[in-house]
Amino acid sequence: MKQRILNFLEQIGQSAMVLLAQWGRGAIFVANLLPALPYSFYRLELLIKQVYFTGVLSLPIILTAGLFVGMVLSLQGYNVLVDFNSEEAVGTMTALSLLRELGPVVAALLFAGRAGSAMTAEIGLMKSTEQLSALEMMAVDPRKFVFAPRFSATLIVMPLLSLMFIAMGILGGYMVAVGWLGVDEGAFWSQMHASVDWREDAVNGIIKSVAFGVLIAVIALFQGEDAVPTSEGVSGATTRTVVQASLGILALDFVLTAVMF
Amino acid sequence: MTRKQLIEIWVGVFVLMGVIALAVVAFKVSNFQGLQERSSYQVHALFDNIGGLKERAPVKLSGVVVGRVNAIEVDPDTYQAKVTMSIFDDYDKLSIDTSASILTSGLLGDQYIGLNVGADDLYLQQGDRIELVQSAIVLEDLIGQFMTKFAESGD
Repeated sequence: MKQRILNFLEQIGQSAMVLLAQWGRGAIFVANLLPALPYSFYRLELLIKQVYFTGVLSLPIILTAGLFVGMVLSLQGYNVLVDFNSEEAVGTMTALSLLRELGPVVAALLFAGRAGSAMTAEIGLMKSTEQLSALEMMAVDPRKFVFAPRFSATLIVMPLLSLMFIAMGILGGYMVAVGWLGVDEGAFWSQMHASVDWREDAVNGIIKSVAFGVLIAVIALFQGEDAVPTSEGVSGATTRTVVQASLGILALDFVLTAVMF
Repeated sequence: MTRKQLIEIWVGVFVLMGVIALAVVAFKVSNFQGLQERSSYQVHALFDNIGGLKERAPVKLSGVVVGRVNAIEVDPDTYQAKVTMSIFDDYDKLSIDTSASILTSGLLGDQYIGLNVGADDLYLQQGDRIELVQSAIVLEDLIGQFMTKFAESGD
């Protein structure tokens, strides 16, 4: 009996140590990455290539998702607001929910699944085929030429994607509310314009999306670098990236909302 | 066209789309008005009760927005609410006996300050105080008054 309790305690201790060690490696990884970041602008073509792979290739999913999220929001909002004879407020509702929460969060979740996982898999595979070690052998710092461009590209791409998501969502909401449900067009735009504040709503949303970008980039790059260099290890790291980034985004969103609004 | 050029073109399109989305959000959706505030002068007024008036609430004259509420604080001497508002410089011909009242847009809308211009020849200047004020109508007080009158007439 005593032995079983001790075993149990040992297991808890062991997993806590593993977790702490991973956090420690993550912190060291970030600390080492930060001084390398300016180099992502030193070789611009690397950065542009990463913006293409993470941003441009994410466009279809982001734009489609944004359109449908806006349409659904508008439809649901209309059904509730029509009871109070204030269906013109559907534009305000769609714009505010997209700008403050749904735009940054959903765009970041999609981005983590679409681009974050790919980044982890790519770097994990680079590690398992010893390309990273090869770079180091040639006195090329992989932090400067592999990690930094990907990190900066994520920071640039994330707010842009989130803004496009929001614009598409508002377009979708407009199509449903004005085109289909017959809400007055002038009231739709003017009410939205009157109650959405640039600093309070729009800028806070953009700040959120940049913060999510940092989170995704750190998790995706670290998991790739930390992956066990086997095919199983890389697949596990890819899964962990998606799970940790998604949960992290939702948790960070709560913290940011509590601080901002 | 090489593959590299194609990638660069696409990235250019991507960034351009992002900028367009930003412009849509800034100008079509929200009330972005440039980085610098419109030049304005400050006046203040003392109210007994401001109701639900908030900072940055609009100041309207004949329904047109002519300024914004800057700050709301309690005057330490009179314990009244001191509302400081900036009026845009375009509207510098407001007579000194202009009155300010706290109104509500619609039945449940946000509260704003409505100005009514008087007939004096002197105009409001930076730092002046608007003397004629009407506080916000508090629904509970209104119902209370109605109930007392109702009770009195019922006797």
